[in-house]
Amino acid sequence: MSDLRLQKTIIKPVNGLLEIDLKELLRYKDLWRMFVKREVITQYKQTVLGPVWFFINPILTTVIYMIVFGKIAKISTDGLPQPLFYLSGICLWNYFSNCLIKSSNTFVANQHIFGKVYFPRLVMPLSTIVSSLYVLGIQLFIFVAVYVFYVIKGVAVMPNAHILLLPLLIVMLAGLSLGVGIITSSLTTKYRDLNILFTFIVQLWMYATPVIYPLSIMLPHRQWIAVINPVTSVMETFRYAVLGTGTFSWLYLAYSFVFMCVVLGIGVVVFNKVQRSFMDTV
Amino acid sequence: MNDTAIQFHNISKQYRLGLVTTGTLSHDLNRWWQTAIRKKEDPYLRIGEVNDRTKKGSSDYVWALRNIDFEVKQGEVLGIIGKNGSGKSTLLKILSRITTPTTGMIEAWGRVASLLEVGTGFHPELTGRENIYMNGSILGMTKKEIDRKIDEIIDFSGVERYLDTPVKRYSSGMIVRLGFSIAAHLEPDILVIDEVLAVGDAEFQKKAIGKVEDVSQNDGRTVLFVSHNLEAVNTLCDTSILLDNGELVKQGKTGDIIEYYTGNRKYHSTLEVDDRKLLRPHFKDIQIKTSASQGIHYFGDSLSISLQVFFPYRVNACALSFQIKDAANEVPVVYNWYSTAGELKRLVNRNGLCTVAINIPSLRLYKGNYYFRFSLSDPRGKIIFDKVDEFFLFEVNMSKTSNEWGWPNGPKYIETTVCEVK
Repeated sequence: MSDLRLQKTIIKPVNGLLEIDLKELLRYKDLWRMFVKREVITQYKQTVLGPVWFFINPILTTVIYMIVFGKIAKISTDGLPQPLFYLSGICLWNYFSNCLIKSSNTFVANQHIFGKVYFPRLVMPLSTIVSSLYVLGIQLFIFVAVYVFYVIKGVAVMPNAHILLLPLLIVMLAGLSLGVGIITSSLTTKYRDLNILFTFIVQLWMYATPVIYPLSIMLPHRQWIAVINPVTSVMETFRYAVLGTGTFSWLYLAYSFVFMCVVLGIGVVVFNKVQRSFMDTV
Repeated sequence: MNDTAIQFHNISKQYRLGLVTTGTLSHDLNRWWQTAIRKKEDPYLRIGEVNDRTKKGSSDYVWALRNIDFEVKQGEVLGIIGKNGSGKSTLLKILSRITTPTTGMIEAWGRVASLLEVGTGFHPELTGRENIYMNGSILGMTKKEIDRKIDEIIDFSGVERYLDTPVKRYSSGMIVRLGFSIAAHLEPDILVIDEVLAVGDAEFQKKAIGKVEDVSQNDGRTVLFVSHNLEAVNTLCDTSILLDNGELVKQGKTGDIIEYYTGNRKYHSTLEVDDRKLLRPHFKDIQIKTSASQGIHYFGDSLSISLQVFFPYRVNACALSFQIKDAANEVPVVYNWYSTAGELKRLVNRNGLCTVAINIPSLRLYKGNYYFRFSLSDPRGKIIFDKVDEFFLFEVNMSKTSNEWGWPNGPKYIETTVCEVK
């Protein structure tokens, strides 16, 4: 008596390109939550300083940037105090590169679990994106603390209404890193070459993004080169919103948003195709 | 209305042998050129040869499964048996959606949960309780379901005391217990189990098999069960299928399938010649004489074995052993001799061929099929000079004159006893 309520599953060699089961993804929301929890809890387990590392990491990076790019290379910070300027870039960039690297490793790092049990593989990179938000939160908290410190000291910075765009900025970073990450992870299941290359690409990408320099140091007629990079407008918008310097343009932001949607779309389609049989090649 | 739970339509699965290298890339490009551009057939998907792992083939591609076509009814408990590499696990992997079939299709009605391993996704740093939630959600349970079942799970696992300790402090047995308990409390319509019951201690194995029985009989779930433990398959499954080299050989009642399988296993009756062996001490010839002809032996009769052992060089100590194994690979009889004492002292420092004659005055194995395993090693068993397994299949019958008195769960060995009434 195969009653009608029994849901039917069909397993066949090739699925359509666009057969993406988003409902299934929702059904596994508890798993999603568990992975997020696992990542947050286990990150610094059995370290003496524990979650304090979340603070130390951006602070040390800021100090290094102040010495290397501020003191030695003397790159402009748009007249802002160096810690404030670098920290604003580091917070967002760290989130982006974290998500990027982790999601680009999805298949290789989880092949053990993926080889034993089925669940929508997309849950894995999605939970990475969410769990990294936790680190971003802590780093933004440090940023706010430093910010308040400078305001008290009398530095003329003032957030403006564009700060309301922050959630959108984070969503854009998440979507972009997820898209690029899962495309990379799909391509690396068979040939690992790209994985090795990818670390360099991420590093290069940072220098192509106004993290340690403001967009304004580029000549106006050459700025379009930097703006091709979809992360640029996100960084600049954030700086404009909280520090009042930098370039803000709805056009640039819209471009980045469309770019993100396209990459994410391609990523989900490719990932969906690869996930079904990657165990044979990984 | 139909009562099918799973329908396999001509499932085949192809694998490429060897490493993923530049060769793979060129094949990929060639395949893409042939199929996408020239719209021809995939050049590597030709009907290849049978997947026999012992023989070297000419193609780099093998079929792990070939045209598997059968149906599982709802509430059926189906056993899948076959040798290593016969395609059992591949079949389960396809059904569990870990990989896809190369050709063919499966239709399944209901939620499928597969247990190819216990404790998948356990994180060593998380506590037992946290891992119950972790593993449960990986297996497809919702948080609500786990909340409802957690007490039962803890109770069944018997590791309550350690529940708030990280799993990395657990013994391997405890991890298995916890892992199985979670899986056992899943409520899928179709449950797929691969060999996992083989782990854990005897007490827990019994509990686990009982639980699977419970799930299938009382809850009416469909279960697919893979195991090398033929006894477990026999207890659990009404029907079974037999796979060999990726093909479905036989399907039917479990008892018949097991009989066919064990009767059909390849047993050597002569020794294989292996050049590498010749340099070490090895068995040159083994002759076994049962009490009746054609490999039939009657209960309680004497059985004699004559071994020819060749020593290419002198050894100062050795051990000779043989086991008699039954169809389920269990070992009811073991004999060991060491060259440190007794008759075997004379094997020490010999060069060349010597003959060892062994006689078992009364072999009291219960009726069934048995075979031998011989081994020649150093006394501590660390260096094995030579071993011969699955040798000489023979059948024990109970009595020459009267009919056999078969017991349902028969013994393996019946010892002689002296009974006195005063």
